[in-house]
Amino acid sequence: MNPVNEGKAAYLDTLAAFARQTETREVLWLRALRREAAARFDQLGFPTTRNEEWKYTDVAPIVRAGFTSAARDPAGADGAQLSRYWFENLPGHKLVFVNGCFSAERSRLGALPKGATVASLAEALIRQPQALEIYFGRIAGESAHAFTALNTALAADGVYIHLAPGVQVEQPIHLLYVVTPAAGSKMLTPRNLIVAEEGSRAAVIEHYVTLGAAAYFTNALTEVAVGPNAAVEHYRLQEEAGDAYHVGGLHARLGRDSRLTAHAVDLGGRLVRNDVRAALEAEGAECTLNGLYVVGGRGHVDNHTHIDHVKPRGTSREFYKGVLDGRARAVFRGRIVVHPDAQHTDARQVNNNLLLSRDAEADSQPQLEIYADDVKCAHGATVGNLDEDALFYLRSRAIEASQARDLLTYAFARDVLARIALAPVRERLERRLIESLMHRAPVEELL
Amino acid sequence: MLSIKNLHASVDGKPILKGLSLEVKAGEVHAIMGPNGSGKSTLANVLAGRENYVVTQGEVIYRGKNLLASAPEERAREGVFLAFQYPVEIPGVSNIYMLKAALNAVRKARGESELDALDFIALVKERMKLAEIPEEFLYRSVNEGFSGGEKKRNEILQMALLEPRLAILDETDSGLDIDALQVVARGVNALRSPERAIVLVTHYQRLLNYIVPDYVHVLASGRIVKSGDRTLAQELDRQGYGWVAQEGAAASA
Ligand SMILES: Nc1ncnc2c1ncn2[C@@H]1O[C@H](COP(=O)(O)OP(=O)(O)OP(=O)(O)O)[C@@H](O)[C@H]1O
Ligand SMILES: [Mg+2]
Repeated sequence: MNPVNEGKAAYLDTLAAFARQTETREVLWLRALRREAAARFDQLGFPTTRNEEWKYTDVAPIVRAGFTSAARDPAGADGAQLSRYWFENLPGHKLVFVNGCFSAERSRLGALPKGATVASLAEALIRQPQALEIYFGRIAGESAHAFTALNTALAADGVYIHLAPGVQVEQPIHLLYVVTPAAGSKMLTPRNLIVAEEGSRAAVIEHYVTLGAAAYFTNALTEVAVGPNAAVEHYRLQEEAGDAYHVGGLHARLGRDSRLTAHAVDLGGRLVRNDVRAALEAEGAECTLNGLYVVGGRGHVDNHTHIDHVKPRGTSREFYKGVLDGRARAVFRGRIVVHPDAQHTDARQVNNNLLLSRDAEADSQPQLEIYADDVKCAHGATVGNLDEDALFYLRSRAIEASQARDLLTYAFARDVLARIALAPVRERLERRLIESLMHRAPVEELL
Repeated sequence: MLSIKNLHASVDGKPILKGLSLEVKAGEVHAIMGPNGSGKSTLANVLAGRENYVVTQGEVIYRGKNLLASAPEERAREGVFLAFQYPVEIPGVSNIYMLKAALNAVRKARGESELDALDFIALVKERMKLAEIPEEFLYRSVNEGFSGGEKKRNEILQMALLEPRLAILDETDSGLDIDALQVVARGVNALRSPERAIVLVTHYQRLLNYIVPDYVHVLASGRIVKSGDRTLAQELDRQGYGWVAQEGAAASA
């Protein structure tokens, strides 16, 4: 038996226990879906590094650590502790999930336009399961890996957002996932479903933070259906503790002339793997994926993106950048598939990695599969050090070497944040970025 | 102020400077001319402290101290300024950040207080007028997308702001239109004072009509092969370097 899969049995027990608990409460289709997911998880097993998709990312530590029991206890996290995670000057809807459970008393839902639903997923699955049925688990679909199956089989809570045709939610919806010590050594399976019908619009911020919990495992999954002419702006901000494990998935389907803009920022975590999958299923869809990962110590961040251009005139833009220090390791694999029908596709992908230490390492792999002839596809990947000429130039202007390094590093990374339209989010991340630099005070002073 | 004796320096193992000596006193302006590839920029970079230029022999004394022992930023704080032949583009770092960081570091070293935001802006704007740089350039990334002439003006702006004791201008006049040449000349002449010294690396006598040097040197094959007053520059302009090189070879033989 594969060593990675020796741990699987314990996870299967967790699945069986969860199924027993929920059997009587959940609707038929959901039970069937969970059963299938559990079976798929059993069949797939945890991926090993022999699997091409996981070649550089060894999940053995997650399996070995045995984060088998699901966190359920919404204890801890008082308002004062949470307040530092709210964005300054960002009005809007705030939903708090403590250890995976929606916490109504800590959340603040503002007035929503008619036709907009923002609710706890747990509640939605009880109150209006029929509305979720055609989306839930169907967007992520068969393509998914073992962690996705695990999430589908176990997911209890998260957010359900539904926007009826033409509904525009002006204020961003901020989802804060907090992990407290009560969830130490456990697994969390947040699950979100965002359905934006024709011509609707919203911005959703998924925000993962740790409040003092020791090593735990977040296995999050979000499905997004972007209807014709709809626009969804999605943020996934991960600033969990340095010993947290995080596997995240964003699976989206884009309709005719729709737009998805997704920002993924990873500032924390011990071992992080993100999969973004977007299918441009109708003409004229537009998908933008921006990513920034700042990794130090022995951190490991793996970003996999997969964009399917299925129909003509689709546009995709990917811009991922990483800053790696210490013995950090980063992986980027950007797959773009242009299907035979997707003429006039315009796809561009960039991944730049900055190595600040000799022991840091980055692997970047663009992967273009083009089956249509009249398309524009471009990609570029770099792994490099700070520009010595720029460094010398700044030093020759009396700027301390360490400060010059920080300034150049900041400039490199901020390039991604500059693309964030929501100013309060952008500004907070810029501050966090400065905090992550070695000599933050001098840089801060300059801005 | 600056005393260079028998300086030998290599880049990537290749010897470039081969026994260069030069004395520069406070209040003086020296022009260094010489054929392409003779080592003028190498000298400038060695003085500024570029790490991949290795000094294998000789010494450089600046204001009584061994210049070669200090880091580039320390030299800058001590008043050494190099206007680069090819100013570097630094995407994402705005001109104003860099100017502020540079000025505050230099002021601190001079025992002056840091300027507050308003005083800083006022000073920068005044110096920008001198360098004839539009204000919007403050908020652009350092040299990014600047034209060749704009980059050179930006070097002059930095020099005017930092008020160095020893300014080395490496072909700041190359590729400039007549108006920009005046800007460079004005910048240098404004800096000229009995406490300061200026080293101009140039290919053109033209600049020396506006900035009258006290000495003109010819650098060839890594050494100063001839020195004279401003008439030497005029002679070089007419006759080229051939005769000096021959004379130099004869002298060292
Ligand atoms: N990294 C390097 N490796 C090898 N040779 C180098 C390197 N850098 C410079 N050189 C050589 O050193 C010599 C002197 O170069 P330098 O730039 O100092 O010349 P220069 O006098 O400033 O010329 P120019 O008038 O064209 O600016 C040249 O022959 C150049 O090719
Ligand atoms: Mg030169």
